[in-house]
Amino acid sequence: MTKKVAIIGGGIAGMEAASVLSRMDIEVLLIEKRQQLGGHVGEWDHLFPNFRPASEITRSLLNALQNNNIKICANTVVTGIARKAGLFEVKTNQNQNFKVDGILLATGFDLFDAHKKEEYGYGIYENVITSADLEKKLKGGNVLTTASGCVPKRIAMIHCVGSRDEKAGYFHCSRVCCITAVKQAIEIRQKLPNVEIFCFYMDLRMYGKGFEEIYREAQEKWGIQFVRGRLSEAGENIDGGLQIKSEDTLSGRPLKMIVDMIVLMVGMVPAESTSQMAKMLGIHLSGDGFIAHDDVHFGSNITNVPGIFTAGTITSPMTISDTIADARSAALKICEYIA
Amino acid sequence: MKLEGKKRIWDDYQKEIADNNYYFQRSCIRQNFFPGSEHAFLKILKNELGKDICDDEHHTTCTGIGYHADVVLFETIMTVVARHFALMTEKGYENMIISCVTSFGIYTEILETWKHFPDVLKKVRQHLKKATGREFEIPKNIAHASDIIFKFREEIAARAKYRLINRNTGEPLKIVEHIGCHYSKMFPVHGVGGAEFPYVLQGMVESWGGQIIDYPERRHCCGFGFRQYLVKANRGYSVANSKKKFESMKPYKPDMIVCNCPGCTMFMDKWQYTISEMEGKTYDENGFGIPVLTYEEMAGLVLGYNPWELGLQMHEVQSEPLLDKMGVAYHPDEKYKDAAGNYLGEPAFPTNLKVCV
Repeated sequence: MTKKVAIIGGGIAGMEAASVLSRMDIEVLLIEKRQQLGGHVGEWDHLFPNFRPASEITRSLLNALQNNNIKICANTVVTGIARKAGLFEVKTNQNQNFKVDGILLATGFDLFDAHKKEEYGYGIYENVITSADLEKKLKGGNVLTTASGCVPKRIAMIHCVGSRDEKAGYFHCSRVCCITAVKQAIEIRQKLPNVEIFCFYMDLRMYGKGFEEIYREAQEKWGIQFVRGRLSEAGENIDGGLQIKSEDTLSGRPLKMIVDMIVLMVGMVPAESTSQMAKMLGIHLSGDGFIAHDDVHFGSNITNVPGIFTAGTITSPMTISDTIADARSAALKICEYIA
Repeated sequence: MKLEGKKRIWDDYQKEIADNNYYFQRSCIRQNFFPGSEHAFLKILKNELGKDICDDEHHTTCTGIGYHADVVLFETIMTVVARHFALMTEKGYENMIISCVTSFGIYTEILETWKHFPDVLKKVRQHLKKATGREFEIPKNIAHASDIIFKFREEIAARAKYRLINRNTGEPLKIVEHIGCHYSKMFPVHGVGGAEFPYVLQGMVESWGGQIIDYPERRHCCGFGFRQYLVKANRGYSVANSKKKFESMKPYKPDMIVCNCPGCTMFMDKWQYTISEMEGKTYDENGFGIPVLTYEEMAGLVLGYNPWELGLQMHEVQSEPLLDKMGVAYHPDEKYKDAAGNYLGEPAFPTNLKVCV
């Protein structure tokens, strides 16, 4: 008899795991709360480290879902999961009731809500945007402008917004923001060669393949300036410019400058649905609010509840490459379990 | 600037403010430098709003200035504060109003300490009992005096004789608000509107017809900073802080600065004189400086109180240009008379800062 798996979350982790499982002759229900699959990647313009269009990734993953073993349930939210006679019974808001052999949780992450960093003025100052807002602005080859329609002359990019930040309640590093800032800064300079860009950072974590190379390129080829210091506050000028205060910790001097735009590199935080799901299923969370693995080295993809597995950023921030690898690994684990 | 963004933050920082029956804790600096403010506060609460408020002659300084100057220990200030709670308890009150922002910061810091370290509270109770024989209850509600004026701002607006509107142009007066660091920067949850975009003074200004100016150095400290002015050699730091704010607000052409904190009111006012003497510079278009008022003085003007009874002549920057904009009636020849009508003599005039004569 054909085995069935329900994958909750139709982002890139859920999509990749679905295609891998379907090729192993396992029936997959891919449940996504939104109309479109692709998750956060679907909202992005270009990707680090090679400036590849994000749409290539989602298109490729979507093509792989063209398989009779996969049933996609869009606009669907799981309302209950119960274990009965060795199977899981999954109920949804569409009055569906599925019986499956295993469950893969792939509900991903939420972007940190930049409103919480009140001192940066997101939602109050018109020219303070997030990295996600910037991607939307850049999508389709649009020219970047300020709220008043002018071409910015000076932009500050603020790293670690909602990451490694005790005040914000998130100690963890989001792992992708440093390299995203470098990528976005280069993209802006490519479109606006005269704009000055200052990246304010705590540490630059260029750990991935190709990351260090584009960080160097950002400095040497594109003249992007990196200032080691956190932003203390932003205020709006009479002409709509933004006054920022920081400290250049390498020179040991306080720093104040006027910029036309601030881009907040918002971190990845546990999705709101993760804690709800964990509560419903009795799954352990780690201190950072992401789903915990009992064994940090061998336990990836495995939860404390037999038959329920994880893939992607539901367990911690990850790059796209790592998410794809994690999804493949999860498919293998769940396949072993239901075999 | 998006107002809806600010409103979203204000929704997050609402605090409970008692409706009546208050024990009043006065401020050392305000009694000395702006004596009309607390007088106006009591008058507004008793006469305008009909509230029960206990103005107790037995309370002392909270010792906050000594505490922040490191000459009073935390154990000592906690016991002094405990004595004030004991006085409140003995008088039969449960709600405390604190007139000074420094004191308000200290009270909230101490209550937060006791919440997390009950053993410290136990020890303070023992110290107070041993030293004075007194016992105390922790207040059910603690509010800064500005919280109270904020709470009843619409009642005051309903009784307004004047509004914060330029009678010549019909435009709202442009007002800079400064809440003071210890009001909510230490514990944003205890301040109306939080620490970054506080609403306590803005709410009053809006209700009474004025318009708040949001300038880049709005959050910056006035320069009071205890050690900066207590140590004479450091006073340059204090002036520099205020100057930074004046330079930042000047392009907006403010009609008035309204302050929450006694120290801020003092330094935002007096350093304008100092800068004018040092550099010949003033921060309004006509050389009179920007009037700096407390929120009670502002409320008093709105209610039609005599500006000289409010003590506006005690300020370094004189307020006649503001009174004229608002259309407030006043008698110039009564400016330097006491309550009994005795002539007190005129102060020496500044070199550069203009004063109406």
